[in-house]
Amino acid sequence: MDVFIAIVQILDSTIRLSVPLLLACLAGLYSERAGVFDIGLEGKMLVGAFAGAAAASVFHSAFLGLGMAIVMSVAFALVHGFASITHRGNQIVSGVAINFVAAGSTIILGQAWFQQGGRTPALQPGERFEAITLPGAAAIHDVPIIGPIYSELLSGHSILVYLAFAMVPFTWWVLFRTRFGLRLRAVGENPAAVDTAGISVAWLRYRALICTGVLTGIAGAYLSMVQNGGFVKDMTAGKGYIALAALIFAKWRPVNAMFACLLFGFLDAAAIRLQGSPLPLIGKVPVQFMQALPYVLTVILLAGFIGKAIPPRAGGVPYVKER
Amino acid sequence: MAQAAIELIGINKSFGAVRANRDINLEIARGTIHGIVGENGAGKSTLMSILYGFYQADSGEIRVGGKPASIKTSNDAIALGIGMVHQHFMLVDNFTVLENIILGAESDALLKKSIAKARSELERLEREYGLEVDPDAIIEELPVGLQQRVEILKALYRGAEILILDEPTGVLTPAEADHLFRILRQLKDQGKTVVLITHKLREIMAITDNVSVMRQGTMVATRETSKTTVGELAELMVGRRVLLRVEKGEAEAGAVKLAVKNLTVKDSRGVTMVDDISFDIKAGEIVGIAGVAGNGQSELLEAISGIRHAVSGSVMLDGKPIDLTGKADPGELRDRGLAHVPEDRHHVGLVLAFEENENSILGYHDDPRYLKGPFLNIDAIMADAKDKIEKYDIRPGNPRLKTANFSGGNQQKIVLAREMEQDPGVLIVGQPTRGVDVGAIEFIHKRLIAMRDQGKAVLVVSVELDEIRSLSDRILVMFAGRIVGERGPEATEGELGLLMAGVERQEAAE
Repeated sequence: MDVFIAIVQILDSTIRLSVPLLLACLAGLYSERAGVFDIGLEGKMLVGAFAGAAAASVFHSAFLGLGMAIVMSVAFALVHGFASITHRGNQIVSGVAINFVAAGSTIILGQAWFQQGGRTPALQPGERFEAITLPGAAAIHDVPIIGPIYSELLSGHSILVYLAFAMVPFTWWVLFRTRFGLRLRAVGENPAAVDTAGISVAWLRYRALICTGVLTGIAGAYLSMVQNGGFVKDMTAGKGYIALAALIFAKWRPVNAMFACLLFGFLDAAAIRLQGSPLPLIGKVPVQFMQALPYVLTVILLAGFIGKAIPPRAGGVPYVKER
Repeated sequence: MAQAAIELIGINKSFGAVRANRDINLEIARGTIHGIVGENGAGKSTLMSILYGFYQADSGEIRVGGKPASIKTSNDAIALGIGMVHQHFMLVDNFTVLENIILGAESDALLKKSIAKARSELERLEREYGLEVDPDAIIEELPVGLQQRVEILKALYRGAEILILDEPTGVLTPAEADHLFRILRQLKDQGKTVVLITHKLREIMAITDNVSVMRQGTMVATRETSKTTVGELAELMVGRRVLLRVEKGEAEAGAVKLAVKNLTVKDSRGVTMVDDISFDIKAGEIVGIAGVAGNGQSELLEAISGIRHAVSGSVMLDGKPIDLTGKADPGELRDRGLAHVPEDRHHVGLVLAFEENENSILGYHDDPRYLKGPFLNIDAIMADAKDKIEKYDIRPGNPRLKTANFSGGNQQKIVLAREMEQDPGVLIVGQPTRGVDVGAIEFIHKRLIAMRDQGKAVLVVSVELDEIRSLSDRILVMFAGRIVGERGPEATEGELGLLMAGVERQEAAE
């Protein structure tokens, strides 16, 4: 039974750890499906995390924090759009620039406003998103198997966790069942076809980037207002890049993206859980190795185990009317 | 004359210093097929793009159905009943036919309803015009001819009364082109107006009611097709008399330069594309290989020029074998005097992002003439490039210009100049004039015959039957990977056409 409880606990933290990845991954899905590569997911998440925590602690409201996180993240997404859609700049350069600006400005503004070494003040109850207990969770807690799964694994997460997982079918529905989704996928494959059909390529891509901004904003808010009790500098710690890796791994499909992010989350959770404890047959493994494991596996998985991942054909190329 | 579907009055359009359209006047009668001919860069496509709202004219007036129209975007053009089939299809390759058809014209925010509506509408269009296509097929799995049909259906679905087709037969096989013409006639019978942009004069003669000729951005003439000739149109296009069939003397064939024996080649999927082929080419003759595209000609060229492995057989160059297992690289063959002008100049023949002078020595860049120690001798390369530009009349004559900015005909001249100026013993040319205009075709044909008269062995592979008949001293016809017949240059088009279709295979195989 101890093993079972341990597994449930690992899976529980798998869910918590994969949420920011999943939100960022879906965010990237919207922009890349529309043909705009977005390496700036990391920066937008960071901006969202900072803006969310700062607004929440100043206005004492979690929802105002979330709103501010989304607004600021969308603003950065629009900057990316302005550079790479309107002015046809290099999308990678623009994305990297956004990451730098985000990393620097969050620390400077944090220090100027709160004088806590770049941190935001610790969030008080009411300023962060609390765990939601699903109905009946306490009642069936002691039922074997089902009890722990329901009350530990499914219940007791914040609203943002449920939102993130709800975004998976929603994104699938938008992409494959709506007019907007059809056009969005088309503009990522052949923008000239969209243009000659009488639809504005630029406006369509801007809308895709706004979707991206909203989702990275939520991802950032999750980091600073759920997982952590405030903003810490560079708290995204490469999650934006892992999300991009997961996106390729998922071949730009929403349901695959969920499984990819759960896998990366699981590796992370297992690494944390197994730190310091001896493994069967191998013995004690250095902490650093366990920490590196998710990244090593990422490389291996991306290098050999996903088959051919075909990106949207017009990805990375600014649209210019041919002469 | 019937009522005008479209009137263009005084249209001007400049791109920077280039005046693509100058004071164009054009009237297209309703219910007719109207051809617009002109060389590449004459401004045909620009004019049609203005009509379709892709570009905006600097000045001038457009009238549709007698009423002045303001066409600022493609949406405006669609609303006025103008549809366009672009030269490069505007389709999303991994979407289905239905998804492509509704894109931008969805009737509902949810796809389900839009697709259901489109499906029944499509069935009606298919019945009405005989345009059959599987609505659920993925575009990239359809042959080119069907993809084009989807483009036509797309325009009709949007209620097009006026259909513009830009170089529609460039990518089609002769049979597909015939089918397209039948469709266009049917559209005309139903009262639609068709505008056909092309540089192939035979097509104009075959199908149009009226024809307008453009040259260097101006509209030089409009004729009733029945009252003009190919010769007159060619002259109007180029601005001087053009020889449609170059004159040449008898071939004086010498020793065998290239001997192909029992050559068998498979493509990357493992399908046998060249099946036990034997032939030889002598010095001082042009051998033409005719055939419908996809009957093994590409693979044959690639094997001989050292790009593709052969399964079995041998190729002798000047009496010495070429290694066909892939060890002979094209560079080695070049050194042995075999020059190759590839079929696909964009992907194989040129690096489009390079400057003209760089492409003019590509593959020969390690020749001591172009080197100064370990470095490129830029002065020598530039002088060489200028020399070729002059000799081959490559325009614009700027060796520093990016190759992508040259027209198709001039790009082809760059490749030809590079290969011919190496003075090879054997010259292999794939599709010498694909996408090249009349004036340049004449030039290229003259050059090829000059090579022959200098005693070179020349192999020409082309899907243009006229070209094969005009150039070749001997014609080989390929069908399904085999040579199904050999004929002299006097062979009729009908005779060759039957061979190309594999009809006389039994008698001809001998």
